[in-house]
Amino acid sequence: MDVVNQLQRQFIDYSASLHREGFLDDQFTQLQKLQDDNSPDFVVEVASLFFEDCEKLINNMARALEQQQGVDFKQVDASVHQLKGSSSSIGAMRVKDVCIAFRSFCEAQNREGCLRCLQQVTHEYSLLKNKLQTLFRLQQQILAAGGSIPVVE
Amino acid sequence: MRVERIINETNDEFPIGIRVLAVDDDPTCLLLLETLLRRCKYNVTTTNQAITALKLLRQNKFDLVICDVHMPDMDGFKLLELVGLEMDLPVIMLSANGDTNVVMKGITHGACDYLLKPVRIEELNNIWQHVVRRKRFERKDRYNSNSQAKLRADSGEAVGMGSIGNNGKLKKKRKDQDEDEERDENGHNNNEDPSIRKKPRVVWSAELHSKFVAAVNQLGMKNATPKKILELMNVEKLTTQNKFRLYLKRISCAANQQVNIAAAVRMRSPNGLGNFHTLAGSNHLHNAAFRSFPPRGVLGRLNTDAGLLIRGLPFPGTIRSGHGQSSVNSGNDQSKLQSFVSGIHNANILQGLPMSLELDQVQTNNGVSHIGELPIADSTTVFPVSSSLIDATITGFSGNPLLGVTSHSLMLEASSQQAGNSRDIVPAIGFRNGNTLSDFAPLAPASNRESNADLQCEPIPINCNAGELITSAPQEWNSPYQSNVTPCSMNSSIPVSGTMVQFGLCLDQNNSMDSDSIGPSSFIDNSAMEQSIIDKEGYLMLEPWEQGSHIPYNIGLLEDLWELQ
Repeated sequence: MDVVNQLQRQFIDYSASLHREGFLDDQFTQLQKLQDDNSPDFVVEVASLFFEDCEKLINNMARALEQQQGVDFKQVDASVHQLKGSSSSIGAMRVKDVCIAFRSFCEAQNREGCLRCLQQVTHEYSLLKNKLQTLFRLQQQILAAGGSIPVVE
Repeated sequence: MRVERIINETNDEFPIGIRVLAVDDDPTCLLLLETLLRRCKYNVTTTNQAITALKLLRQNKFDLVICDVHMPDMDGFKLLELVGLEMDLPVIMLSANGDTNVVMKGITHGACDYLLKPVRIEELNNIWQHVVRRKRFERKDRYNSNSQAKLRADSGEAVGMGSIGNNGKLKKKRKDQDEDEERDENGHNNNEDPSIRKKPRVVWSAELHSKFVAAVNQLGMKNATPKKILELMNVEKLTTQNKFRLYLKRISCAANQQVNIAAAVRMRSPNGLGNFHTLAGSNHLHNAAFRSFPPRGVLGRLNTDAGLLIRGLPFPGTIRSGHGQSSVNSGNDQSKLQSFVSGIHNANILQGLPMSLELDQVQTNNGVSHIGELPIADSTTVFPVSSSLIDATITGFSGNPLLGVTSHSLMLEASSQQAGNSRDIVPAIGFRNGNTLSDFAPLAPASNRESNADLQCEPIPINCNAGELITSAPQEWNSPYQSNVTPCSMNSSIPVSGTMVQFGLCLDQNNSMDSDSIGPSSFIDNSAMEQSIIDKEGYLMLEPWEQGSHIPYNIGLLEDLWELQ
């Protein structure tokens, strides 16, 4: 019991900090609420899909921006748009915010600006991935110890 | 609110099990959407490709579609239009982009709602209203349009398409409704299942029509693309599909694809003139001789059913689209065609010309549908032209196969007028795709039909762009009942992406086609017609009107047509 309580408290604190720091927003909470007995791994599933998708999009953008002959900003913009959509769906607020700035650079066809944003996006994405993995690990530990995941409002 | 009252009248409970199709290329969003929808107790199917979505929609029944705007294989708006045309289902757009202009685009393309990502469960909880609302209005509309038809039949006054009074009411009601509801005004023949085709569409009131005409005039023939016209008309929630649908509604469900195809094929032949000659002629067509050509690919089902509006004239064939892709022939077309009514009074004759409507079902993007046979257009619409007799009921229009028209669906409506009118029929057709109508020629109504077998009225290509359209008389959609001439406007078709324009043409029976008028109208003068036909391109629109009697020969014609094929 103590172990479970402790783990649960850790989980709550960690969650709260992620929200505070802007890594996650309310959408993530909605996702957690959607998780239930019928779909116990829902959040993990969505997060994994997001990570895969994110990596693919980042690669696309990097490739497009590397073109020496001429950057296809439309393509970059399409990828950024999609990343914006998926990050907002999962609640990855910081990633989404970078995407917004990224889009204006695309529209301005500013290669330097885009490259900078790409770096930022990559950075935010790795940070988020680490943090979520920690969070999920905590969740697993709680469940393994027989407890239930507390709902963080 | 009216809607609420209606809904409350019958069933207060949440309609469980609404079948939703969710389309999004982003896997994260798709999974989220699926989970949310399941949580809201909808019956969900997902796909990440628009093409697969269309396939699924054709094979299965769905009540609602939710799709993303940005997709790699097909633009979301395109999918939206196709779904609207083919299956006539409510479509909700989804996007991370909430710019007003994009949202507006969604609305003008017919979306019944536009959601922003990330989607919230509260919003998804409410989407069922779009399904229910549509069903109800369709039912209501059908009732209304039926009564309207009766009104028209009785009154014998020229009325615009659909009775003005009722239409006005409907229209008003429509405007009062939820902004995004676009298509659910019209009466529906079948209101049980929204996925069943043949849904009625916006009622094309006289008001709309005059706006339409004004817009066309303003733009000029060359520029009168459906889209521009739409913009000019600035009618809320009016899409290019509306007019088309309206006509389709009128046509009773007879035409079927094969007929259309046959018609299209027949229509195509460039030497059609010869046939026209025979066909054209006196204004009076004695029934039965017309042939309707089913448009290729599209369903045109001749309405054989007595109950249907079709009158003597064959109708609608939707066309097109060639193969492949879209089987545009989907039910929508059928219904549309059917609704197309060629009014032919018992006494009146129908022109032998088959009418085919061309529906642009196929997406031009995919490069589809060109009907192989047609030299030009993918779909050919053949319209039967009927000359109206004095007593009217004429609606004859010559169908022109639209050659070169691609995936656009056209709705042509022509009403033939009595001899007194000098109005010519001007077919106006808008095509979605860049094809220009080159081939089609209105089929002149043949007064005496020679054997049915001959019907093939070959459509004579009319050059729309000749700028001849026109119609001096004010256009109005009016029922053939009247002896008035309905003005026709011809619209050079300019393919506009994805928009269809339909124009109503009035056929003036008596007049021969002069340079101004296109096609079929004058049955009277074959040669003149021929000439004009050649000169012009256009489609005639038949204004369907209801008549108590169906002309059975329609069926016969169709059969003949099929055989001929």
